[in-house]
Amino acid sequence: MTTDLAQERRDTTAPPKTAARVTDLVKTYGSGDTAVTALKGVSLDIAAGEFTAIMGPSGSGKSTLMHCAAGLDSVTRGSVQLGAIELTTLKEKDLTKVRRDHIGFVFQSFNLIPTLNAEENILLPLSIAGRKPDRAWYDHVIATVGLGDRLGHRPGELSGGQQQRVACARALVSRPEIIFADEPTGNLDSTSGAEVLGFLRRSVDDFGQTIVMVTHDPGAASWTDRVVFLADGRIVTELREPTPERILETMKSLDAKHVDAKVQG
Amino acid sequence: MLRASWKSLMARKLRLFMSAFAIILGVAFVAGSFVFTDTLGRSFDSIMNSSVGDVVVRPVAGDVDIESQPSSATLPGSLVKELADVPGAARADGNITNFGTFVVGKDGKLIGGFGPPGIGINFTDGPAAKGLEPLTLNAGRWPTAGGEVVVDEKTAEKAGYLIGEKVNLVSSGAEPRIQAKLVGIAHMDGGTAGASLSIFDTGEARRLFMDGNDTYTDIWVSAADGTSQAELRDAVAAKLPKDVEAVTGDAAAKAAASDIQEALGFITTFLLIFAGVALVVGSFLIVNTFSILVAQRSRELALFRALGSTRRQVARSVLFEASVIGLIGSIIGLGLGVVIAMGIRVLFGQFGLDLSGQSLIISPRTIVVSLVVGLVVTLVAAYLPARKAGKVPPVAAMRDDAILAESGMRGRTIVGTILTALGAGLLAAGLFADVPSPTYWVGGGILGVVLGMALISPIVGRPVIAAIGWLYRKTFGAVGLMAQQNAQRNPRRTGATASALMIGVTLVSMMAVFGASAKASIDKAVEKEFVADYVVSSAVGTPFSTEVTEELAAVPGVDEVAAFRWDQVKVKGEDRQVTGIDPSHIGVLGPTPMVEGRLADLTTTTVSVAEELATTDKLSVGSTIDLTRGGTTKPFTVGAIHGDSALLSSDYLLSLPALESLGGAKTDSYAFITRESGAAAAQVGRDLDKALADLPVVTVKDQGEFADEQRAQINQMLYLIYALLGLAVIIAILGIINTLALSVIERTKEIGLLRAVGLSRRQLKRMLRLESIVIALLGAALGIGLGVAFGVALQRSLADDGIDVLAVPWPQLGLFVALAGLVGIIAAWWPGWRASKLDILRAVTTE
Ligand SMILES: Nc1ncnc2c1ncn2[C@@H]1O[C@H](COP(=O)(O)OP(=O)(O)O)[C@@H](O)[C@H]1O
Ligand SMILES: [Mg+2]
Repeated sequence: MTTDLAQERRDTTAPPKTAARVTDLVKTYGSGDTAVTALKGVSLDIAAGEFTAIMGPSGSGKSTLMHCAAGLDSVTRGSVQLGAIELTTLKEKDLTKVRRDHIGFVFQSFNLIPTLNAEENILLPLSIAGRKPDRAWYDHVIATVGLGDRLGHRPGELSGGQQQRVACARALVSRPEIIFADEPTGNLDSTSGAEVLGFLRRSVDDFGQTIVMVTHDPGAASWTDRVVFLADGRIVTELREPTPERILETMKSLDAKHVDAKVQG
Repeated sequence: MLRASWKSLMARKLRLFMSAFAIILGVAFVAGSFVFTDTLGRSFDSIMNSSVGDVVVRPVAGDVDIESQPSSATLPGSLVKELADVPGAARADGNITNFGTFVVGKDGKLIGGFGPPGIGINFTDGPAAKGLEPLTLNAGRWPTAGGEVVVDEKTAEKAGYLIGEKVNLVSSGAEPRIQAKLVGIAHMDGGTAGASLSIFDTGEARRLFMDGNDTYTDIWVSAADGTSQAELRDAVAAKLPKDVEAVTGDAAAKAAASDIQEALGFITTFLLIFAGVALVVGSFLIVNTFSILVAQRSRELALFRALGSTRRQVARSVLFEASVIGLIGSIIGLGLGVVIAMGIRVLFGQFGLDLSGQSLIISPRTIVVSLVVGLVVTLVAAYLPARKAGKVPPVAAMRDDAILAESGMRGRTIVGTILTALGAGLLAAGLFADVPSPTYWVGGGILGVVLGMALISPIVGRPVIAAIGWLYRKTFGAVGLMAQQNAQRNPRRTGATASALMIGVTLVSMMAVFGASAKASIDKAVEKEFVADYVVSSAVGTPFSTEVTEELAAVPGVDEVAAFRWDQVKVKGEDRQVTGIDPSHIGVLGPTPMVEGRLADLTTTTVSVAEELATTDKLSVGSTIDLTRGGTTKPFTVGAIHGDSALLSSDYLLSLPALESLGGAKTDSYAFITRESGAAAAQVGRDLDKALADLPVVTVKDQGEFADEQRAQINQMLYLIYALLGLAVIIAILGIINTLALSVIERTKEIGLLRAVGLSRRQLKRMLRLESIVIALLGAALGIGLGVAFGVALQRSLADDGIDVLAVPWPQLGLFVALAGLVGIIAAWWPGWRASKLDILRAVTTE
């Protein structure tokens, strides 16, 4: 059943649908002398059913881009569209609803409410919305996340990898249009990281889920379909069907360019 | 280190203010009660100093206190001349004083009321002690003939009389209604504290108050130059007949002032109790605040430890913060205390006790005690958190995860249980056993139980939280679940916060149960034992002239009238209550269970003794006992032994003539009236009212009105107590606000995460509100449980003193629960608002 849905979402005959579109996005923090412009006009289309990575050196604006695209932060200029919804003009209240109903989140750390057990955490966005989970879908997600008997445990009793997988399951269970993940494996060892990435990958392949992941780890980025490179608040290049080697290469060349640019500037 | 503490203090001003608030209130009550008591004392000292002569000669009164009837023993007029000739005496003046003479205002209302007396005196130009002029004229002249009166300035002003006008007065003397021309207005140094003074010519005073005899109530002897009060007293004493004493003015003034202070001492006690409640509640708040602050700052503290601070230095830095809060709180509290004292003074003015003539006295003792109390309570409360701060391991500075190990609940449970049991034991002993000064036992017991319960509240509270949590989950889903979990997350914190509310609710529920029981007992007594159709009583608390009783007997439709007098006698040195009754109308006073004999048979030489007393003193019909009243002692034969009834529960019952033969005044405390069968109730009621129309000092009530009046008195007391306990509740609200606000800060990341995954601001506020309500309801549940238990115990212990019906006002207790819920909602408002303004990204971005 879910595979049907996945099929439907990535119908190859039709042009790929856009899940999210960012246009000419500018984000400036602060004002006057201390103003920092973290995004200097970014435009990006996220295709539906694709796993996209955003990479770039520290401070290049990856997190900022993700926060703005996910409606967590206001933008200075430009537009953010999620499906047909323009986020930049929404009121706080509607924005909250959009996040709740259309967006899933996985953060680097502190993803779970410590007082709730794994299952309650997974169901949290649904219960907040007062919706009943689709039982079959829920079982499917749970089966994929592979937590088995640990669903009744609280976050404190789970390993870091397990916690992140619970977070992924939570992001998935409400069937959002898009999932944003900010360095979801940043705090994990490579085995646990691989488990989490594998899970994300499967949800793209099996369920047609759209995922945008911020990372600076080439290994993590190589699990994706497309890697977008940011530097100094601008998109500089992108890769399709990346491998760790190609990613590293690109990063190196970008570093060089970056240094060149700085030297010349 | 101290500099760092100071900085952290300044960074948390608002929060610290909230914890200091309890200290402020507690200290304010302490200071307020001291300031007021001192002011009261000073103003009565100065009044009393001009109310005595150098030597006061008076009938030996024993120590009848001011609440019982004044002695009718008098001094012969001839004594005045004799004493004037005593060596060392400059002059002697006879005084006539009556304590039941009130001026009736132009609007027909009585000037003054409960408390301060209406005093009728004769005019003499004799000086008070040390040559003071007791009274001076503001206008007009002194009275020189019958039908003339001078009143004090305040009374004249309130009543609205001008010189030359006819003044209406009512009196407990031979003439209940007096009309006299106002010929002057008098001034008394230091004011009259609300008492009204009516000054008559000596002949007129004699006629009004001394049955026309040449007698006086006391005599002032003034010292000639060079004679001391003591010398004069000794000289005077040598000349005195039996049962008459001479005291120096200084001693008499002091005794009178301290009598009054003692009578008003309940105010001080009352205020100090509330101060205690506020401080206990406040210390909970401080413990909580500092525990949370220490927990939140544990990394910072660990850093200090890692950098080489000793445990003691770290603990001391926390105590330093506490002492700053304690000191600031105490200083503000002191200021507020003065305001409270002013407020009480105004309040008393409303009830007639006018102290505006005396400025407020802020003695050094008040300042020292206030500051010390505030500081000590704060430091004691902060001690445990400070110790905990010292225990933060240096390595915690480098670690991210939970740092402060929660110490186990076991020790706490044991201590709490022991404390509760100990308190319950003290309470039971104070209420039911024959221990000295039971009030302290009861107070200590309540404190013990409350503190013990506060300690074990995290455990006792579990089922309450679980029950509320179940309801929450059913009703509010995830939001409800999280609210419950948050409340359970730190059981101690929740317990301490709830306990602060528990204390107020405990006391309020206890008083509610007690009040309801008292009212139910009155209703039952009135219904079962009240035979009379009407009760005549004084509107000012002082007894009224027997003339009034006689007049009422003549009203058409009145069948029987039974006069009734409260008084006090001494038997074997012990103060005992005595009631003077009319044996020929004994039936009007309701059924009295008799063990032996009949009350109707009481004569001028027989007495009825209460059953209990008869047993302990081994008395039976035929035994004799000596009763002493004032200076008079007379033997009485036990003629009857009575059981308890609503009206006749005094230790001794005497016939009216027997009481008079002991020197009891011819004034009645009550008169009970029955209607002739067949008389129209409404008509008789109207006629009685009419007969008393010009005597505002006396009122007549039918059964229902009488019961209402009694109930109203209880209600008044309850409302006053509720109002003051309301302050304890306000402190508790601040406690909840504080805890929630600190929790919000602690949970910044969590809140951000919730908001990121779609929790709306409204839902977030609701979550905090629900958590707050859990805390408040927990406090209410514990408080009502304890309060009802205390109330029942109190009622049981007073069952023999007339509170024999237990009534638990469930609807009212239900209302308290609802109010507690409201308290929760209010308390969550500000933390909720702050939480909803938190930046979502603070949670999402990792530092
Ligand atoms: N809240 C903020 N206030 C001011 N500057 C910020 C804020 N958040 C990020 N920045 C700045 O914006 C730039 C981009 O930051 P960020 O998006 O976090 O980069 P990345 O995630 O790629 O490391 C950086 O220069 C950072 O200092
Ligand atoms: Mg980042």
